[in-house]
Parts: sequence; C-alpha cells; structure tokens
Amino acid sequence: MELLVASGVGVLTAVGVYLCLRGRTFPVVLGLSFLSYAVNLFLFATGRLVVGRPPIIDPAAPGYTDPLPQALVLTAIVISFGMTALVVVLALRGFLEAGSDHVDGREPGAEGRR
Amino acid sequence: MTHWIVAPVVLPALLAAFIVLAARFDLVLQRTLSIAGTAALLAIALGLFALAADGTPRAYLLGNWPAPFGIVLVLDRLAALMLVLTQILALSVVLYAAAGWDRQGRHFHALFQFQLMGVNGAFLTGDIFNLFVFFEVLLIASYGLFLHGAGAARLVAGFKYVTVNLVASTLFLFAVGTIYAVTGTLNMADLALKAGQIGPEQAGLLRTGVALLLVVFAVKAALVPLHLWLPGTYGVACAPVAALFAIMTKVGAYAILRVHFMVFGAEGSPAWGLAEPWVVPAAVATLLLGTLGLLAAGTVQRLAAYSVIASMGTLLLILAMPGTGATAATLYYLLHSTLAAGALFLLADLVAERRGAVRDALVAAPAFPQLDLLAGGFLLAAVASAGLPPLSGFLGKLWILGSVQAHPAWPWLWAAVLVTSLLAILAFARAGSLLFWRSIAIEAPLAADPPAARTLPVLPLVATGALLAVPVLLAAFAGPVARGLEATAVQLHERHGYIEAVLGPSRLARAEGR
Repeated sequence: MELLVASGVGVLTAVGVYLCLRGRTFPVVLGLSFLSYAVNLFLFATGRLVVGRPPIIDPAAPGYTDPLPQALVLTAIVISFGMTALVVVLALRGFLEAGSDHVDGREPGAEGRR
Repeated sequence: MTHWIVAPVVLPALLAAFIVLAARFDLVLQRTLSIAGTAALLAIALGLFALAADGTPRAYLLGNWPAPFGIVLVLDRLAALMLVLTQILALSVVLYAAAGWDRQGRHFHALFQFQLMGVNGAFLTGDIFNLFVFFEVLLIASYGLFLHGAGAARLVAGFKYVTVNLVASTLFLFAVGTIYAVTGTLNMADLALKAGQIGPEQAGLLRTGVALLLVVFAVKAALVPLHLWLPGTYGVACAPVAALFAIMTKVGAYAILRVHFMVFGAEGSPAWGLAEPWVVPAAVATLLLGTLGLLAAGTVQRLAAYSVIASMGTLLLILAMPGTGATAATLYYLLHSTLAAGALFLLADLVAERRGAVRDALVAAPAFPQLDLLAGGFLLAAVASAGLPPLSGFLGKLWILGSVQAHPAWPWLWAAVLVTSLLAILAFARAGSLLFWRSIAIEAPLAADPPAARTLPVLPLVATGALLAVPVLLAAFAGPVARGLEATAVQLHERHGYIEAVLGPSRLARAEGR
C-alpha cells in the first residue's frame, strides 16, 4: 500500500507540475487542481498509513490512527477548492477582456505589447 | 492571559464582515469604519508593543486548549514590532485610498481589513499550520485587492500572481506535512524542543521539510530566482494596494527569521544553519537584478517595484547570517525599507494623477500643479531608498555593512552593496530629474489640466507625509531604536522565554534535563 500511495502522490505531482508549466490558462488551472490533490493525499499519509482503526483512542479498538492529518487535509481541501473557483473566474475574465487564453494575455508571436 | 493579544486578528475580521454586510452601499460609512478600525488597531498594536517591551513573551491559548494541542498566538518583541509596522503602513494606505481610489471598485475596505487580519495573524501565530492558514487569508484578500479597479493588464498579471502563490501554498503544505511526519507536532515552541532530538535516520527528512519551507518563504520575500512575480504585480496594482503590498514581502522575511532562528535555531539540530549558504548568494543576485531593474524602469511605479526587490536583496543578505547583531541590523532595515517603499508607491500615484496622459512614465512632460511639494517628497523617498545620508537607509546599510564583516566573503558583499547603492542613486537621480526638472524646462502648461489635480489633496499628502516622516524619525532616534531592536534580536535567538511561555516551565526543564 505504501508503494501505491507514494506513486499516486508522485504521479499526481508530476502531472500537476507539467500542466502548470503550460502556456494556456485552462491547463494551468487543471495543473493546480492536480497539485492540490497530490498534497492532500500526501498530508493524509503523514499520520502513517493505518487501515481500519478509529481516529480516537478507544480501549476496545486494537489501535488508533492519527486524526490531526485528517483535520489538516480538510482545511487544505476547503482552501484549494475556493482557490480553484477563484482562479477559474480569473482565467475566464482574463480571456474575455484580453481576448486570449494565453497566460501572457496575447497570442505568442502577436505584434506589440498588451 | 491578556485577551488583547487576539484583538489584532479579531477586530479586522469582524469589521470586514460588518462592512460587507451593513455598509455595502455607503462608501462614506465604509471609509469611516475602515479608518477608525485601522486607527484602533494601531492603538492596540502600540499597547501590545508596550506590553511586550518588558521582555516576557506571552502566549494566548485559543479556546484555552493547552499547548501543544490547541493553537496558540504568541506575543513577543518581534511580533509586536511587526504589528506596529503593519498598522503604521496600513493607516497611511487607508487614508490615501479614502481620497478616491476606493471608488474604483467594490469592497475595497472589506478586503483591506481581511488583508490586515491575515498579516497580523501571520505575525502573531505560534503554530506552523496556522501560519499557513493566515498566509492564505492574507493572500486571498490580496488577490481581491490586486484586482481592485480591474482592467485587462491587471487580470492577466493577476492570474500569474494567483498561480505562483497557489503553487507556493502547495509547497507549504508539503513542507508542513513532512515536518509533521518527522516530529509529530506543528506547534512552533514544541517543534523547537523536538527538532533537537531528531535522530540521524530522520534528520534528512526534517532538513527537506525545512528547506521546502525556506523556498516558500523565499517566494513571498521575492528572492531571486523566485522574484519574477513581483515586478508585474506591484507594477500594475493600484497605488495604495501596491503600497500595502510592501509589507507582504516582509511577511516572508519575518517567517524566515522566525522559523530559522527561533524554531530550528538550536545549535546542533539537524536543520540548523540551513538557510545561510543558499540565501546569501541568492540575496546578492536579488540585489544586483533589482538594481538593474531600477535603471531600466520605464515608470515610477515600476521603479518603486524594483526598489522593493533591491531592498529585499539587502535585507536577505544579512537576514540569514547567525548572531544577534545581524538580526538587529535586519530588523532596522526591514522597518526602513517597508515604509520607504510604501511612500514611493504613493508618490508615484500622486505624480501620475497630475501628469495627464503621460501618467508616471519616465519621460519629459509639461510642468504640473504642486510640482515643488512632490519633488521634495520624491527627494526624501529617493534619499531614503538609495541609502544616502542622513536618512535611515544610510544608517541601515551602514549597520548591515558592519555586520557582514563576520562572513568570509565580506569584501564581495561590501562591493555588491556599495556598487548597487551607487547605481540606485543614479537611477533615482535620473527619474527625479526627468519628472521634475525636465518638466520645468518645458514651460507649456498641460492642455487639459485634470480638475482633480488643481486642489491641494490633503488626505493623500498627509498619508504620504506620515510614511516619509518615519525614515527621518528612524534616523533621528537611531540610538534608542537600535537598543530596542537588539533586545528583540536577543529574545528571538535566546528562545527559552518563548518556549516557556507556550509550554510552561516544567516541559522546558524536562526537555533540557534529557
């Protein structure tokens, strides 16, 4: 399971970094989402990977899983969700006002400055 | 436990919500509330500063959960100093904005108060994940403020600014996760104790986490090569917002100080001294590139943006060096450079408003009203920013030059600081003579004199004047200020008082007994 989770984080991060470096706003937004998924999974694993244990100390249970990373992930999800919405609106407004979905606000090779 | 410690976070949060809900359509009420709130915050910050001046750090347990299980706010000398600095800048900016900039878009004052909440929280918090949350609060408010007044150029630059900061926030989470996985805590005082007890098999992981944190803070502090977002952002934001953003790069610098000297500053801990070998060369590059940008800037606002980069270079050069003397010099230059940069942004806007279609472009244009007054202001700001005597920029640079002598490569660092100071003087002299002297040479009055520019703008001039007065005061009272800053630096490096305030004396004694 460790290998699976670790490669999951790795692949998500790689995809996110690649997409963030693209020249159009939409892939960049997707890349940011992938990065936030990767970090959520990573944060979740920082409390060690435990299967089928409650996130609270219970005498009846054989052990417990660390609840703090779950709280951290919740916070991170809320923030990244809100930020994705903001960046989508920003990209859309930029496209409508500048007439191009390139991150520089103009098509590559187009004459003059924006 | 004094409840005033939480006021710099709670007051702007409540005020912002109140402004959005109750004063949405009444700009005059918004201005009144916002200015009164910021003035009250300044009074609270000064009160907290007086409280912290006795040298005892005070912890505030939110919800009265015992540390390290709950979140703590900690008031020590450094946090109080940064609070006062923020509130001085904020009050000037909100006075300036109330003269008309806040009419360009909606919700300026609400976003402004949220921004203050984030910045104040980042300075007060004693928990590293809470630091992330306050970073997000101040960034989210800054996205809104940056887009204030909109326009295609601002939207395009805004997308980049948001993207860079979101990537940095993701890295922050990776760093926090790594540090938590190794140490099992996120409380700064607890981390400071536990970081020293990490075994060699985990040391590499801890160093990775701390290095990642350094990268995140370097993005905020605009350290080369992570500075590329700054000129585009500060160069196109509306003037009061750009002036307020002068504190944002300093939040990054503050976080490096706090994390590298207080939290991971125990000599012999795996993460000790991690920053210096990386930050010093990068700071020299920042200083050089920022100064070249000063020479190449085409508008006054861009000039101010590059002066922020150059001053961050000077600041970070000394920031990462060990020793309390170096930290005290850092703090002096930090106070000076924040307010000088803020004044420069406001002056750029005052000039731009009066020059018609040319705005603040560095080209000769006909003379404009109140030219002498603004020329005098620009002279003060330029002298302070370039580091000429008698203002605080000169004293700050002198102190930094004295402190870097402990570094093995100090002749090179001296050369970098002195040569860039000369180039900065050239750049400011060129800008000032183009703006003010060449304008007089072209005698023709402006064809279409902007009517707003005919009357003397009292509020903006008071705001700009207040910011310009601080470098003068910092220089005039350099002795007492320096003693206060040295005490601040000693408290930051000494660490025990902070840990004892958060965790209690028994935990500290137990950890040291081991």
